[in-house]
Amino acid sequence: MHGEYLELSFWQLAIAASLVVISGLISLLMQLGLERRLLLAAARTVVQLSLLGLVLEWIFSVGRWHYVIALMVAMTLVAGLSAVRRTERRYAGLLIDSVIAIWASSWCVTAVALFAVVQVPSQYLVQYSIPLLGMILHNTLNGISLGIDRFGSELAAKRDEVETLLALGATRWEAAREPIRQAVRTGMIPTINSMMVVGIVSIPGMMTGQLLAGVKPLQAGMYQMVIMFLIAAGASLGTVGVVLLGYRRLFTPDHQFLPGRLVKRS
Amino acid sequence: MNNSDVLLQAANLTRCRPDGDARLLDDVSLSVCAGEKLSVTGASGSGKTLLLRALALLDPPDAGRVCYQGQVVLRDGVPGFRRAAIYLHQRPALLEETVEAALRRPFSLSVHRRKRFDRGRILEWLGRLGRSESFLGQRVGELSGGETQIVALLRALQLDPTILLLDEPTAALDPKTTIAVEELVRQWVDDSAQPRAIIWVTHDADQARRVAQTTVQMQSGRMTTD
Repeated sequence: MHGEYLELSFWQLAIAASLVVISGLISLLMQLGLERRLLLAAARTVVQLSLLGLVLEWIFSVGRWHYVIALMVAMTLVAGLSAVRRTERRYAGLLIDSVIAIWASSWCVTAVALFAVVQVPSQYLVQYSIPLLGMILHNTLNGISLGIDRFGSELAAKRDEVETLLALGATRWEAAREPIRQAVRTGMIPTINSMMVVGIVSIPGMMTGQLLAGVKPLQAGMYQMVIMFLIAAGASLGTVGVVLLGYRRLFTPDHQFLPGRLVKRS
Repeated sequence: MNNSDVLLQAANLTRCRPDGDARLLDDVSLSVCAGEKLSVTGASGSGKTLLLRALALLDPPDAGRVCYQGQVVLRDGVPGFRRAAIYLHQRPALLEETVEAALRRPFSLSVHRRKRFDRGRILEWLGRLGRSESFLGQRVGELSGGETQIVALLRALQLDPTILLLDEPTAALDPKTTIAVEELVRQWVDDSAQPRAIIWVTHDADQARRVAQTTVQMQSGRMTTD
């Protein structure tokens, strides 16, 4: 991490920002009606990333663990809530399940990354932990979001099949196994797909960042590999976790399926 | 009637609407003994299906209990109980596969692991219902509603349950096959060395008289005897 990078000034940022005008012009000419959304999105990008930069700079300079933990908790809670914000079929307890699943999976995987894989010295822990957790959270969030959505739609579509299996003597696990399998599969596929094409279709974000910061390409590639494996583990664990928690809410210990608890989002 | 003859007993089964305003099942009690054939009639929405579902423990009741052979069915015992008391849905769900695969499917469940698919027995039953061996190779998706009901019935019969909870099992069948199904089920109860019984839900009062010794009526979630 002793590479060099070119520092950006505000006027350089302003040149890049002016390019958004191109998108605005396209929207105007083609009457897409996206100008206001585009302006808002650009403004949010500036505000959110500036705030993140300032907060991280402050946290890195202070170097206190409780601030780091507080930020990591806040990131985790927002990810947990965002993961199920657009879920089509909801049930009581879905938010809590999502937060538990994302918290347990991404913190465990981040801990493995920090202490077992990268073996970060204590003076760099603050600098490493937040970006690593952020990347893992982002992908786990996607897995959970897709997985729980599919779980709900599978159960709604296959309600009669699930009940027929129960009526024939299936345990709740046997009756729910196929919807669970489909849901976990759906949650894991995007991560597997991105592992398939990584480095061919695009240079991934973290590797790009490290290359710009002057890290040797092979080292940057190795870091990216580590991240991909961590992301895969986080997404798989998070998806399995949220689906199993949902299963426990929708199937009683008396081997009954409670489809009435699944409510379609209005 | 000896107490030991009672196979299935329900006491004070009550089920309310989720909003709690009305009772879908209102304090229903019944018992079914070995060899008994009971029919349940009533208008649509009177609670017939809910009663069968509650007896099969598919829905959690708000009050009341179900006993099998004198014992309250407990959590771990529920799959075993459902092996003995099989509920047949009016519109049975079958996966997209052949009829034979659909008939074999229950044997993959842990509760039926010790049993084996008996093709000869199925062919004999199919013959009595006017279907040939080629029926086994048909895709489930190509079957009529009535044929789907036949598959679901045979799938349950081959598992040798003690009680069949039949929810309008002939609703989509032609009159000739309906009579054949009634006769098959009657013999299944009467000609068995094991204690067996049925509860048959039907809209048809004539059918209720043909298939059962006793008929009870459901009305607004309550049970009345004819």
